[in-house]
Amino acid sequence: MRKELGIFALLVVLCIVVAILNPRFLAPANLQNMARLIGMYGIFSIGIGMVIITGGIDLSVGSVFALLGVILSIMLTQWALPGALAVLAVVAIASGLGLLHGLLVTRVRIQPFIVTLCGLLFYRGLARFIAGDETKGFGSAGGFEKLQHLATGSLFHVPMPFVLMIVIGAVMWVVLHRSVYGRYLFAVGRNEEAARYSGINSRRIIASAYVLSGLMAGIAGVVLAFYTNSISPSSHGSFYELYGIAAAVLGGCSLRGGEGSIIGIVIGAALLQVLQNLVNLLGIPSSLNFAVMGAVILIGVIADQVFERRAAKA
Amino acid sequence: MTVPLLRMAGICKRFPGVIALDNVTLEVAGGEIVALAGENGAGKSTLMKILGGVYQPDAGSITIDGRDVAIHSVSDAIDLGIGFIHQELNVFDNLDVAENVFLGREPLWGAPFRLVDRQKIRSQTDVLLRRVGLSVPADTPLRKLSLAQRQMVEITKALSLNARLLIMDEPTSSLTLTETDRLIEVTKELRAQGVSIIYISHRLAEIEQLADRTVVLRDGRNAGILSRAEINHDAIVSLMVGRDLQHFYVPPETAGQTELVQVRNLRTKRYPAQPASFTVRKGEILGFAGLVGAGRSELAQTMFGVDRAVGGDIVLDNQPLKISSARDAIKHGVYLIPEDRRNTGLILELSIRENITLPDLPRYVRAGLVSREAEQKTANEMCDKLNVKRPSVGTRAANLSGGNQQKVVLAKWLSLNPKLLIFDEPTRGIDVGAKAEIYQLMRSLANEGVAIMMISSDMEEILGESDRVAVMHEGAITGILERAQCTEEAIMRLAVAVPEAA
Repeated sequence: MRKELGIFALLVVLCIVVAILNPRFLAPANLQNMARLIGMYGIFSIGIGMVIITGGIDLSVGSVFALLGVILSIMLTQWALPGALAVLAVVAIASGLGLLHGLLVTRVRIQPFIVTLCGLLFYRGLARFIAGDETKGFGSAGGFEKLQHLATGSLFHVPMPFVLMIVIGAVMWVVLHRSVYGRYLFAVGRNEEAARYSGINSRRIIASAYVLSGLMAGIAGVVLAFYTNSISPSSHGSFYELYGIAAAVLGGCSLRGGEGSIIGIVIGAALLQVLQNLVNLLGIPSSLNFAVMGAVILIGVIADQVFERRAAKA
Repeated sequence: MTVPLLRMAGICKRFPGVIALDNVTLEVAGGEIVALAGENGAGKSTLMKILGGVYQPDAGSITIDGRDVAIHSVSDAIDLGIGFIHQELNVFDNLDVAENVFLGREPLWGAPFRLVDRQKIRSQTDVLLRRVGLSVPADTPLRKLSLAQRQMVEITKALSLNARLLIMDEPTSSLTLTETDRLIEVTKELRAQGVSIIYISHRLAEIEQLADRTVVLRDGRNAGILSRAEINHDAIVSLMVGRDLQHFYVPPETAGQTELVQVRNLRTKRYPAQPASFTVRKGEILGFAGLVGAGRSELAQTMFGVDRAVGGDIVLDNQPLKISSARDAIKHGVYLIPEDRRNTGLILELSIRENITLPDLPRYVRAGLVSREAEQKTANEMCDKLNVKRPSVGTRAANLSGGNQQKVVLAKWLSLNPKLLIFDEPTRGIDVGAKAEIYQLMRSLANEGVAIMMISSDMEEILGESDRVAVMHEGAITGILERAQCTEEAIMRLAVAVPEAA
């Protein structure tokens, strides 16, 4: 809880500072757009967070976005499949890829970094091949406005992706922090061997985290595809996995596993978007975008270490 | 004795809840082998860790060559010529012999680049290897060496530091008999070269062979000193034990006779060619004795399903069991209290409560969610029943003493419905008080009708607590002794049953 409070304080302070330096930060349009992005990033960050809690990592998410975007566009514009069916298919594909990662990690015993790194390369290449290296899109979105509403619409002025994230976050909070499955996730992440000696099917639990990550990537991938409305297979979703990992780590997940919380991950995702926004609003050259984020994450993690050491002494 | 090389006097050390050392004195002369004997928890390791600079004493003095010294750190001890060969070896199997010996103080050349002078460390290591009689080239990767050879590398390292006093903590506990003989020869050779040695061992035969004097500790105090002429097995044991054993261990009242568990031709991955067959009776404690590496833990892990059986059957209550995971074993009431409680028995970073409820978490679910209140209630009940000393059940398991951690592992299983409990080294590293409590618990569980297997390398424990004793050697059960037949000699004879090929 203390960890979440720390990063929440950082988020609030950052918002206040940006708002003072540039009042446009508080303009409804800016807030809405930011909330939309927070929703999208928050959803897949939660998925990556689950994998990190088991002591693994998922690097494939960004490339999965490109692959899903291309497939979704082909299904809707070329095959003219019904929207709901196409979305279901895409989410199922993402979950299936997650399952594949999980099985490679738990059955074939390949390190998660390697499995998902290969995924990162493979899916990007596959997406470009399927698309013939051409940008895919949904045209004027004739016939699937409803789907597009998921990405660009709002519910009582709250952007749909943000609403989606709140709903998913609430469900995942219960799953992670109140259910038997959640307790097993933490136990396996802390000490897989001891969990096995307590009768937990460690391999199944670990594999399931990758399925969850795939599922979340599927949902976020659909939203992202309609949000950008044009999918350039060589760059669509590129680097997004790193945003997810950064959000999870900022939110208190330990890469050693066994630590983390949904609320922390969501705050972490929000913090990253506020930083993006800060770069735009404060007139910092956008080329410095990544540098600012890297610096802030580093400072955040160092501050956390310092507090932890001080707390341990007290 | 004129001025001894080492004199530790009036050493006291207190840990939370235990007085580990109370006014202990120890003297070692130059070129002398002093054996340090005592039960587990008698304070031998603590005393040696003080000498080695790992712990600071609360009171007492240490003099070397008649001069008062303060040993604040391991490097202080090394500077004073004290070498420590730990029971668990501190060598790196990804480096070669010479690199291990000179780790951290490599001679350099090529000034600004700080390159390691490989020629020099190899030639110097070769000289030292000859001193301990280890005939391998200095550039042999350590992973190619046997455990005994690695131990020689540790000794070589201590010698390279000009150690005048070597502490050897249970150096033979994982060695085969021929390797042990070899080590004893080397130890005598070092004595002849003028090195003093403090030799800690549970194997009294080795002490008889080696020691010039034997210092016995009991419950953190000096229990007596035996000179070379006085050293014999009985004299050591009576000083070591010195208390009413009947009172400490809880022997069986009436032996159960109904067979509850039948193990038939069970073969483990470690010894696939050695089928093991035995039965455990309802209400008995079946001890499992044998040397380290006899395959006892592997047998336990296979029965508990964390290792896959190569073949064989386990029958419980006349029902054949199919056990292919710990989950299956737990379902049938077969539980393991593993040897390594810090890595497999518990998840140290989780709370006592979460550890206790982990094997049967679905039982604590109310309306689809894990109920903290239900967990808390059971955890508190179990902790009260087993007398776990804790600030609260929310305390992390890492913050408990060894004895209390072991009780939490037990609490995990006792909150369920045990039929067969397998204890693997149940009291290793546990203080005397908690030990007695665990013996009592074991016996009362047996009296309630639970079948118990107790793997132990502590001979006193095996003799004091078992109804019957199964002895293993290299994966095979070489004999099962009734309580009346159990003597240390009978057990050892079975434990070394087959003459070694090595």
